[in-house]
Formats: sequence, C-alpha cells, structure tokens
Amino acid sequence: MLEPILHSAGENALILYLGEQTSPEVSGRVQAAAVAIEAALGDQLIDLVPSYASLLIIYDAMATDHLSVSTRIRQAMKSLTTLSTDQQTNTVVLPVYYAPESGEDLTAIASRANITIEEVIELHTALEYRVYAIGFAPGFAYLGEVDPRIAAPRLSTPRAKVPRGAVAIADRQTAVYPAVSPGGWNLIGRCPLRMFNPERDPTMPVTVGDRVRFEAIDKQRYLALGGELS
Amino acid sequence: MSLKVVQAGILSLLQDGGRIGQHRIGLTTGGPLDPEAFSWCNRLLQNAPGTTVIEASFGGLQLEAQIDTYICVTGARMPLRIGKAAKDLWRVHPVKSGEIIALDFAQEGCRSYLGVAGGFSIAPSFGSTATVVREQLGGLNGDKLYIDNQLPCSTPAQCRPLYLADEHQPSYHNAITIRVILGYQQAHFSRLQQRRFFNHTYTVSDRCDRMGYRLEGPAVACEIEGILSEGICYGAIQIPADGQPIVLLNDRQTIGGYPKIGSALSIDAARLAQLQPGGKVQFSAINQFAAHNALHLAASFHRRTPVAEDTAEPVRETGE
Repeated sequence: MLEPILHSAGENALILYLGEQTSPEVSGRVQAAAVAIEAALGDQLIDLVPSYASLLIIYDAMATDHLSVSTRIRQAMKSLTTLSTDQQTNTVVLPVYYAPESGEDLTAIASRANITIEEVIELHTALEYRVYAIGFAPGFAYLGEVDPRIAAPRLSTPRAKVPRGAVAIADRQTAVYPAVSPGGWNLIGRCPLRMFNPERDPTMPVTVGDRVRFEAIDKQRYLALGGELS
Repeated sequence: MSLKVVQAGILSLLQDGGRIGQHRIGLTTGGPLDPEAFSWCNRLLQNAPGTTVIEASFGGLQLEAQIDTYICVTGARMPLRIGKAAKDLWRVHPVKSGEIIALDFAQEGCRSYLGVAGGFSIAPSFGSTATVVREQLGGLNGDKLYIDNQLPCSTPAQCRPLYLADEHQPSYHNAITIRVILGYQQAHFSRLQQRRFFNHTYTVSDRCDRMGYRLEGPAVACEIEGILSEGICYGAIQIPADGQPIVLLNDRQTIGGYPKIGSALSIDAARLAQLQPGGKVQFSAINQFAAHNALHLAASFHRRTPVAEDTAEPVRETGE
C-alpha cells in the first residue's frame, strides 16, 4: 500500500493523499481516514472534504496549529492498521426514465458505441456504482465507474441549463443533477427523486462511500413518481 | 417592521459569518468577502459577532426605513446619505421611519457592510443566513436583494453612538500584496515558473466574483494539466491550462480538478475581494508558521483596537 502523503493546502488546511487513481480500495481508505481524523481532531476540526483519492482537512487555526494537526493526522494514520473498505454503507436504488426525450445525448452515446439505446440502458443499470465524492453543487454526487463502452467525454460546449434530475455521464463517471444548472455532461435520462432537498433530513439520499444502482422505469411510472418533462 | 429595498444596487446580499462545516454535502461557505469590515459593522452596532448584515458590492443600494432604528456602514468608501444629509462610514447613526438610506458607488474598495441594530431577522438554512445565489441558499429565498424586498428587523432597546476613529479605519488601496502559503501541487511548478508567479504583477480581470478572482499577467505553466478532483480550501490559487491564476473565495466550488500552487492568506484574500477590475496584485511566499502568526496578530490587533463613543471618552471594549 502507498504511504499516505500529507501536504499543506492553506493557512488552516492540509490535504492527505491516499492513492493516485480512482478505485474502490483507495476510496475506502479515504473514508477510513476521514473517520480516524475526525476522532483525532475533535472540535478543532472545521470541515472535511473527501474526494476520489484525497481528504482535505480544515482546522480551527484559532485553536490549534499546523504542527499539532499534522502530527495528530500522522499518528491517526499509523494506528489505522486495517484501512478497510467495508465501512457501513447503504445501497440506494434510483429510478431512471431513459429515453431520447428525457436524455438528449442517449442516441449519440449509443451510436458512438455502435450499440442500441436499449443496450446503453442495460449497461448503465447493470453495475453498482460507488459515491466517490460530493461537490460541484449542493448534493452533486460523483458516481463511478461506468462501463467503458458508454463512457463519453464532456460536451465541448456545456449546456446553459441542465434540468433537475438529469442523469448524465462524463468519462467514466455518472451523476444525477440535483438542481437546474449549467453542465457539460452527456444526458441519458431523468430521475424523479430529489437528490438534494434542504427541507428534508437527511438532505441527500446518499453520502460518500455509498453504493448506487439505477433502475429503468417507463414514462408513466416516472410521471407517477413526480417526474417532470420540460 | 423592516427596511424596504428601494434600489437594489449592483449586488446586495444578506450575509452572516458563513455556512461552516457543510462541505460534505457540497455546500460552500458564502459569508462576507471582507470579514474584517463585516466584523466591525456588528461590533460598532453592539450586535453579536456574525449577526446578519447586507454586503453591498460596488454600491447603488437604497433602503427606506420603516422603523426607528440605528444603522452602520463599514468597508469600501461608498458615500452614505440618510435623508439628505451625508453621513460618515464606520459610525452608528440613528434613522427615523420614512427616511431613505442611500449608499452611492464605491470610490475606494468594492464591498461594504450595512448593518442594523439587532440585525436582520432571517431564517437560517444549514445553520446560516449567508446568501449563495449559485446554491439558492440563504438570504431571502436564496437570492440577492431586489426592489421592494422587506428586510425584517426589530426596534432595538438601545444602541450607543459608537464609531471607529479615522486612524483605525482600514484603507483600500488599488495595489496589494497577497501572502501565499505554498502547497497542494506546488511541486509541479518548476522553480522558474514559481519565480515568474512571485516576481510579476497581476491585474484583476473582469471575471471576478464571489466564487473567485481571475487575474491576468505572465502565464504560469504547470507540469500537469489536471488532477483527480480534490477539496479546495478558501484562498486556493488555481492555475488552469492558460496559466492565468484564479484565487478562489467564499462561494468557490468545494472540489475541483485544476492544479493549485498554494493558497492566499485569508486576510489578504479579503483585501483582494475589495479590488475592482484593474486592481494590481503581487504574490509573496510565506510558510505555515508565518501564516499562523499573521492570523493571530491580526485577530489580536482587531481585539485591541478601541472603539470611540460620541460625547464620551473612548472606551476600550475588551480587556487584554
């Protein structure tokens, strides 16, 4: 296993690298490190940002300093003997209405891979994905990794307006847009469920480390679940 | 009872101390771009630290008082009028119901803070009233102020006429030096590229907002083009492929995939946010320990700066 690398990030932030590429194993290490560091820093910790292979640690510079924090992070990492990937995680099933009318780039992805639309849907629903990171926008969960056959680069010109619930692909990542926003990912369908709802607790159905599966539903079911087409 | 927006200005936002500790669901912090001026506004009004005020960018804001209360404006030099009379910034003023409070366009600096005694009563979301328009969170319905908005506040019990003496007021120069803590992908910038970054003057471009300030100047090259998306802290200095630095501020994305050379010291990043397009920036490298020292000195300096009271002896608010 790669030795974790700790770098300065800012006046009250350090970044811990736990690997060099996207993999469930590296992601599991990031999660385990987050749990250990949260315990080690207690209320001197302001926030943590877990991502694919790194963990940003933001601390209270009025209560502690770089030296003390980095020492405790290194200790926490040493005592972390088994960086297990089997943390307690949920598997969330998200219904998706896949169709050219709900996913403008579905046809393009199919023809690019030289397969049918049905096969694109099959490939997208066949795998279980992992939540690698949450960011970009409130509730935007980066899921990976999709079958290489349906991987597709970001659009050269991002759309000014991607609808809420849009299910999309960029390279080997997939995601559900939690709100209307600009976006350059390839749209393949729409999910009727809210991925981010400030009025609900929890606000998001998933957290980093969770597993997600997509389930194809028809238009009728999509509309019955509160989905919109616009 | 409230203050009513008569003219919204270029960009006026309700802000408190910021939405802290919510990065894990993708929320940015928001909050005042210039925490020093923000903090003075509340301190002069005898409000609790972090009380909700209006951050006016560039100016042009007009409010009508629908209550007898006290207000105070700190930060960028925006001419202030109450009714027809010109009033000082950095000073508590009484206002009467029906009077118009007008903030003109900034002559120096870019962001000012208009607070009211007791603060505006805004329901927090995720523990904060900070408005982040991009996230549609905070303020009134997650948006900037518009004409006819009502900003609820209540009649204060009392408010002493405090002010900050001229010699203690910050001035907002059009050329600043930003101290930078090297970090992140620093090792992927060659010595030559780092010298270029630290030895040249950069200019604030038109693309500067609450997310970040994009600067123009000699391009800095990084040995790597992109990285796996990772957490971005306040002040992080991103260098995209065109080599033009972007200093990321309060409304930044929480994660991103551009290489970063390090991060600006927060007190200097706040001064950057007071620059308008055309402002000049130089960078100077410091280490973690000097950064820590600078933060604590600034906090101590702020605590020890006395406030003054009209018709009374200057009072020292907090003991040291």
